[in-house]
Amino acid sequence: MLETPLISEYRAIAARLIPFAGWSLPLHFGSQIDEHHAVRRDAGLFDISHMLAIDVQGPDARDFLRHILANDIARLTRPGHALYSCLLNPQGGILDDLIAYWIEADHYRLVVNAATAASDVAWLHQNCPANALIQERRDLAMLAVQGPHARNKCWSALPGLREVGAPLAPFHAARAGDIYVSRTGYTGEDGFELMLPAGQAVDAWKRLRAAGVRPCGLGARDTLRLEAGLNLYGQDMDETVSPPECGLAWTVSAGSERDFIGKSALLARAPVSILLGIVLDDRAGVMRAHQKVETRQGTGVVTSGTFSPTLQTSIALARLPLATRPGDAVQILVRDKRVAARVVKPPFVRNGRILI
Amino acid sequence: MNIPQALRYAPTHEWVRQEADGTLTVGITDFAQDNLGELVFIELPEAGRQVAAAEGCAVVESVKAASDVYAPVAGEVIAGNAAAAASPRRVNQDPYGAWLFKLKPAAVADLGNLMDAGAYAKIVASV
Repeated sequence: MLETPLISEYRAIAARLIPFAGWSLPLHFGSQIDEHHAVRRDAGLFDISHMLAIDVQGPDARDFLRHILANDIARLTRPGHALYSCLLNPQGGILDDLIAYWIEADHYRLVVNAATAASDVAWLHQNCPANALIQERRDLAMLAVQGPHARNKCWSALPGLREVGAPLAPFHAARAGDIYVSRTGYTGEDGFELMLPAGQAVDAWKRLRAAGVRPCGLGARDTLRLEAGLNLYGQDMDETVSPPECGLAWTVSAGSERDFIGKSALLARAPVSILLGIVLDDRAGVMRAHQKVETRQGTGVVTSGTFSPTLQTSIALARLPLATRPGDAVQILVRDKRVAARVVKPPFVRNGRILI
Repeated sequence: MNIPQALRYAPTHEWVRQEADGTLTVGITDFAQDNLGELVFIELPEAGRQVAAAEGCAVVESVKAASDVYAPVAGEVIAGNAAAAASPRRVNQDPYGAWLFKLKPAAVADLGNLMDAGAYAKIVASV
């Protein structure tokens, strides 16, 4: 089992560790629901070092990424900008989702999911032109600090971060000493993701904890991202579906002359389903992945379901017949029962507020 | 892991207490609640329902997963704990206090099939 630089900290406080994509990671540190609320109301700390940073450098780096990503890094107007993109196969199916950073000049960085890291790297090498260098950055640790009080707690914990971090707009990043700080996250709250040398991770973790940032595990990370309406690769999307079928049409830049892997297939392929949110009318159980959804237009399936600590009922993302619309009444097969629910447009929660 | 000596146990991680009137009070063990994680939903059986031994009788759902709670012996459900259903986290906080349902057993001899605390502790240790 792979371990992040923080494994000694987890053992010291007896965190509940579980295997995740080959890594030993904390599920929670006592209460995943309290951790969830801490992020919505205060500030939480996530170790995301299992995700892989991949640097792409060289004279061909920009053209290479314009060819391999469905979103167009030409949209990045200056170093420090970042964008979200899918990596597609030639059939338009999703190989992974990632954030691409323009670090400087001919230097870009992709941050990809742990479960797909090895296949992503192989795919990049397979398509890499002569004058671009691909480098896996396992020497970096990554921490996410998320929540309405994340910024002030970051400033007090990490000297020098305020000057660089405070002016950052969403999806912008900058270097603060050894830390590459970006205003990104996976929770629907304000906050930052920090990339730093692995050897400095324990110190940063301790400083952030001392500043009152609460350690959070994978459990809270999943309920937070689902409330925020953010897809999880492998669950809400995979190689069998295209970005427009996952609520990600906005991430595909197909209007220009630019050609990219999967483009012709996407243009030829009409979406056959739509990914939307579902909320249970009553507290009658908890929706789970693979449960059947009955709609007037046909059947669909829950791709991610959980109990929402903010809404205090069950919420889900579901792959539904194309004609399904927010507001539609549907029924979910929860275990052996039909449960009434309604379709909503995600997100469910953003910046501490319920939006549905 | 807390495994009270005074209770009997089923291999599916229910605890059973025999009351003075012969009825059985049933809940899930400390080990079960710890493995499930924080409970967010509980479905209780209706009073009057006849259940067979090892039949799914209640459902406890955590953020992570749903799990059946089985009748430890055959009998009739005489009550469900509405307070636990209204506040599922009580089962995490006090698994041996926050019972789930009460049964009137079909036969007293059935209890012989349940484990004592020592035997259950061995099951837990082997998981």
